[in-house]
Amino acid sequence: MSATVTTHRQQPPAQPVTLRAKRLPRYVPPALALAAVVVAAAIVYGAGIGGPVLVVVVGALLYLGGLFAAANAVEGRRSARDRTWSALIHSAFVLAVLPLASVVWTLLSKGAERLDGNFFLTSMNNIGARDPEGGAYHAIVGTLQQVGIATLITVPLGILCAIYVVEYGRGKFAFAIRFFVDVMTGIPSIVAGLFVLAFWVLIVSPVFNDGRPGFSGFAAALALSVLMLPTVVRSTEEMLRLVPAPLREGAYALGVPKWKTILRVVLPTALPGIVTGVMLAIARAAGETAPVLLVAGGGAAINFNPFENNQSSLALFVYQQAGDASRYAPARAWTAALTLVALVLILTIAAKLLARRNRLGR
Amino acid sequence: MGESPHRSANAGTGGTNVTESREWPAGASARVAEAPVSTRTPEGPGLGGGGALPRARAFGAERAFRGLTLAAGTAVLVVIAAIAVFLVAKALPALRANTENFWTFEGWFPNDPEPKFGIGALAFGTVLSSVIALLLAVPVALGIALYLSHYAPRRVGTTLGFLIDLLAAVPSVVFGLWGRDYFSGPVADLSAWLNRYFGWIPLFGGDGPFGASILLGALVLAIMVLPIITSLSREVFLQTPTANEEAALALGATRWEMIRTAVLPYGRPGIVAAVMLGLGRALGETIALALTLGITFGISVNLIENGGNTIAANIANAFGEANDTGRGALIASGLVLFAITLIVNITARAIIHRRREFTESAA
Repeated sequence: MSATVTTHRQQPPAQPVTLRAKRLPRYVPPALALAAVVVAAAIVYGAGIGGPVLVVVVGALLYLGGLFAAANAVEGRRSARDRTWSALIHSAFVLAVLPLASVVWTLLSKGAERLDGNFFLTSMNNIGARDPEGGAYHAIVGTLQQVGIATLITVPLGILCAIYVVEYGRGKFAFAIRFFVDVMTGIPSIVAGLFVLAFWVLIVSPVFNDGRPGFSGFAAALALSVLMLPTVVRSTEEMLRLVPAPLREGAYALGVPKWKTILRVVLPTALPGIVTGVMLAIARAAGETAPVLLVAGGGAAINFNPFENNQSSLALFVYQQAGDASRYAPARAWTAALTLVALVLILTIAAKLLARRNRLGR
Repeated sequence: MGESPHRSANAGTGGTNVTESREWPAGASARVAEAPVSTRTPEGPGLGGGGALPRARAFGAERAFRGLTLAAGTAVLVVIAAIAVFLVAKALPALRANTENFWTFEGWFPNDPEPKFGIGALAFGTVLSSVIALLLAVPVALGIALYLSHYAPRRVGTTLGFLIDLLAAVPSVVFGLWGRDYFSGPVADLSAWLNRYFGWIPLFGGDGPFGASILLGALVLAIMVLPIITSLSREVFLQTPTANEEAALALGATRWEMIRTAVLPYGRPGIVAAVMLGLGRALGETIALALTLGITFGISVNLIENGGNTIAANIANAFGEANDTGRGALIASGLVLFAITLIVNITARAIIHRRREFTESAA
């Protein structure tokens, strides 16, 4: 560090004393951009190797090169680097926004096509390839039930597990739990689905089911809870660690037993953060297709009983309609996708707002 | 919360700080104690009522609660173990029935009377599509994250950051649907163009048809993991200590030099974690790839011709018509996927662990 400082000190006398370094005039970058596009168009159309997209790409590359050269000549190498990186970062932003905006736009425009009462009030029962009707009622019921059951399983288990890790766990065992929770975070959803398929559908449930594999909404809920558990544990763990130690110490000093301190002091303090984590986990679980595909079976009729017979879910409905040959299927798929995204986004936004309020409140 | 008898004689054995602190019924704090603890009547047994200090009975509740949390913690280990055990248990019969080499055979016919299936092509496709997706997504994602955290005006950055967070929550099936219905056209054009001018590179060779290719799958994956990596690394960049940034600027660093010397080194473990999370997502992604890839079973480095397959996509596609051996074969392939993601995860943990120590000691 000191070496660079000394070189800086030595340099100035070589040039006339000006307090401001030379800057590229303001009009140069836009002019360069224009020139780059013109040259790129001339190259691309002159050689006949592509269309407007290629012009933009070549133009962007020429612009970056030209900007670096111009800035290097006028402002020096460091500033040239700064400008080039700045341009690169801005273009990365544009580059990424295009497809993401396309996804959102397609979703809204195609999804609005079947966004009617019929879609939300009917199922796909007795809907043939030539029927334009049919809806996702059964899928919405399935999603809500499966995610609800998964939440009921996951939340107590996850919070208790986090409490153990943060408050009680010591040594290797707690470390192992933390490590394997991390490992669980990385389990692909399809593997969770396969696990429940092997464990519940093919081995355990045939016992109650006359030996037939029991595809059901409950199995899907089990798979979803395998996916939700690590998220809930991790977020709860982080929130519990954020609870100020003086709160705990105050309670201990008053003679409150540890378990009661945790239940009455620590958990309420951390609650908004925990709820945020749980809602994000729910949002993720609601969008999972693969496990539901493997273990819930996915029926076309409404099934209110998650413990018996096939059930569908919104995500699975999207996938099935996407693979359907009927020409009315894509519209149903897009509308279901829009519904699913709306559900997930409402949960996510609520969670984020809660998290924000939590941060202010502290 | 069993009601255990008075055991004040040996209360010190199990209780930790709590039993010790009971020795000091400080009168001054009793007033304060009324507020959080005693205004509500305790619903569980084993607690002294009114503001009285709990007697040794609390030891029972303490122990029960501790046991409960311990059980929940153990449940995680049990679930992980169960995943391994049950997958192996279901996969082994199918692997025994396999008449070809599981690792090298290129094809998937587990439902035949003589089951033949191999994981090689699927594992190759999984790794190839994920790696390409990350190569495309990571630079762009880091660029956006830097833009949002250090270049954009604060209000714009916060708003767009929020939107990116929302996009990270969009289910993958939506990206898959979009990729299949709308993105395949442009990608087919791009593929044809690449093939015309760069066909001499094996990656872009072949003579079509183009479209439902590894390239499309990888691009959709890249677009899908982009918001995830962006939102995580943006948060990391925002946490850079302002003092470090200001120090760099005060020494005369340009904005890029400030980012390179202050922001990026500080955020490196976070970036690695974000990328690895993205890689995990990409490796395990099922539906987006099941919708976009043209399913074939061969190892080929050609990116643009119809084809490509991954372990997860194959499970989703082949599950419908799988018989018992077929299911076992799919479970076996899932086990391989599990192993791959496990290796990636553990490597990431190791890197983060080492780097974190390094940066903390440096800072």
